[in-house]
Amino acid sequence: MAVSQPERVVGRRRLLRWGAALAGAAAARAATGAAGRTARAASVVDGQAWAMLVDITQCVGCRSCVFACQEENGWKGDPEGQQLDGERWTAVREVAVKGSEEPRFVRTECFHCLQPSCADACIVGALRKTAEGPVVYDAGKCIGCRYCMIACPFQVPRYQWDQTFPLVAKCDFCADRIAAGKQPACSEACPTGATLFGRRDELVEQARARLASEPDRYVQHIYGLEEAGGTSWLFITDVPFEQLGFARVGTTPPPQRTRAWMQRVPAIAVGIAGLLAAAHVIEGRGGNHA
Amino acid sequence: MRPYWRPAANSSGSALGAVPAASGSERAGLVESIRPSLQAAGPVRLAMGLVVAAALVAAGYRMIYGLGAATHLSDAWPWGLWKILGVVAGIPLAAGAFVVAAWVHVFRHHGYESLARPAVLAGFIGYLTAIASLFVDIGQPHRIWHPIVMWQPHSVLFEVCWCVILYTTVLALEFSPVAFEKLGWQRAGRIVQHFIAPIAGAGATLCVLHQSSLGSLFLIAPSRMSPMWYTPWLPLIFFVSSVAAGLAVLQLLAWVADRVYGQPVAESIRAGLARGLTGVLVLYLAVRLGDWSLRGTGPWRTSWGLEGALAWAELVMGIVLPLALLLAAGVRAGGQEWRVAAAAFTAAGVLLHRLDTGLTSMREAAWLPYVPSAIEWLVMAGMVCAGILAYDWVARRLPLFEHGREAAR
Ligand code: SF4
Ligand code: SF4
Repeated sequence: MAVSQPERVVGRRRLLRWGAALAGAAAARAATGAAGRTARAASVVDGQAWAMLVDITQCVGCRSCVFACQEENGWKGDPEGQQLDGERWTAVREVAVKGSEEPRFVRTECFHCLQPSCADACIVGALRKTAEGPVVYDAGKCIGCRYCMIACPFQVPRYQWDQTFPLVAKCDFCADRIAAGKQPACSEACPTGATLFGRRDELVEQARARLASEPDRYVQHIYGLEEAGGTSWLFITDVPFEQLGFARVGTTPPPQRTRAWMQRVPAIAVGIAGLLAAAHVIEGRGGNHA
Repeated sequence: MRPYWRPAANSSGSALGAVPAASGSERAGLVESIRPSLQAAGPVRLAMGLVVAAALVAAGYRMIYGLGAATHLSDAWPWGLWKILGVVAGIPLAAGAFVVAAWVHVFRHHGYESLARPAVLAGFIGYLTAIASLFVDIGQPHRIWHPIVMWQPHSVLFEVCWCVILYTTVLALEFSPVAFEKLGWQRAGRIVQHFIAPIAGAGATLCVLHQSSLGSLFLIAPSRMSPMWYTPWLPLIFFVSSVAAGLAVLQLLAWVADRVYGQPVAESIRAGLARGLTGVLVLYLAVRLGDWSLRGTGPWRTSWGLEGALAWAELVMGIVLPLALLLAAGVRAGGQEWRVAAAAFTAAGVLLHRLDTGLTSMREAAWLPYVPSAIEWLVMAGMVCAGILAYDWVARRLPLFEHGREAAR
């Protein structure tokens, strides 16, 4: 069958694009090294997964998100509390800012890391990153070792200390609501649009646009874009993040460090066993000794 | 009922009928001579028993009212005394068992056999204590079996858990011939003995893995820890220090065998342990100094605060001082006291390093202070006392020390 000229051009272009994409992927992989290979649920396409953009400049501290969250999850804790706890999966902190009359209001909750430390730490796999974006918790598996609490770079997971058989408590990004095609309770409740729900790559675009539109006002950084390997929750602000209590966690996903170790474990086991067997045989030749 | 203070050397030795008359009477004389000190130890055992009883009540309180009521753990301090002292610091103290079992059965240094049984018993009790510590610590103790069926192979804790389960089984196997001997099940004992080299080898492999992995546990929490203790070398540091702690505890066990049970351990063994500890301490010193200097930190780089003082203590009290004592022991008469002191300082130094890694280094990141509650201390003390009493109970009933004598004879 004869192929018409334009089609052939398109075909060639597509080929070129594929080639470029492959080369790009190879380069990216070479650049990230082990990072590319580690710590990601195969099905997660991060850009397409659901995410949240919190614009701290737009938060008025009304705590509608906290009320909505507690109502959604059936908790009765005090919504005014500044800290997360077992019955407050999101909290709004009031931070006084030097050189500004107005305080800032900073939402905290689980950041829903793209490569969650909590999930890699969990001894029984009770925590899991879903393809949709939320990091969810299977309370039926949890043994309460609290390694997830040690591992989380943002110190998010809380424990039900008042219970005899406590469970871990953290924001689950309203995974049920998302599955049902709704947005999370908090972003739905936010009257100012300070908490925006959307696809991650679209929200990143949105954030970049805001930073670019008012470069003098905004700190030129999207917290969560790369922190701890990237998170599903993104934050922008007009006050340096350190002043607002955001942790300095670096861009390396923490699970990469433990995965590097766990990948070596089988080889170490075989190596040690082999060495011991060899030693046993060699020492046997010399007969018994003290 | 037997008087609580009567040593096993007397009864089980004759019950087995394996001890020649001459050495039997010699031993009886020895027993007479240490009887006063054993009698003096009576109240100690009684007191320990009371601590265990009180700890059981405290543990019951924890099980009924929960962790929040019983401990001072918090969201800022998810891991406290039970996890860090009871498991992360406790497990290296039990490392002597794998070291001596591998040395005797894999490397065929049968001269150390007399130490194998006490070491394996102490190790077995140590691991059971660590598991008990974990049991009271986790929030859902009735689900402690979950990791056996719910696998998460990326989790370092999962690996540690499996190694501990398997290695505790190995320890039970390694110790079983002693029980079989007492029960007179010669055949069962012989079967285990036949496979003892692969069993000891498997045990050593499991120990290399989980002793180092106890350090790898913390690799996932770089932003939470002080750079004084957070290092990619944590697995190496934990492994080397576990061997040091293990050898130190072996020296202490040899001392206890002599002082408490009147079973002197051969000088060649004690000297060998001291030589081994010297070598491992030199390596440990090199690893710690190398790690600190390569990362541009170290106690000499920080101002004097709690962190600096503790890191200095780890270095000077836990490594340099025992090394000096061991070297002194080599050139002085009556070196055994020096060796025992060196062993005690080494063990204390490793303990301190574990507490610093798991607790001190997380101080900055925590927004609340943590001082363990009375219940946490009591339960911990109860587990230590229960371990000592269990060791003592077995030592006085099972042929713990005779075996090596026979083999060496
Ligand atoms: S913020 Fe913490 S709890 Fe949330 S996904 Fe990341 S590691 Fe897990
Ligand atoms: S506390 Fe529960 S969820 Fe957290 S690591 Fe342990 S088992 Fe997993």
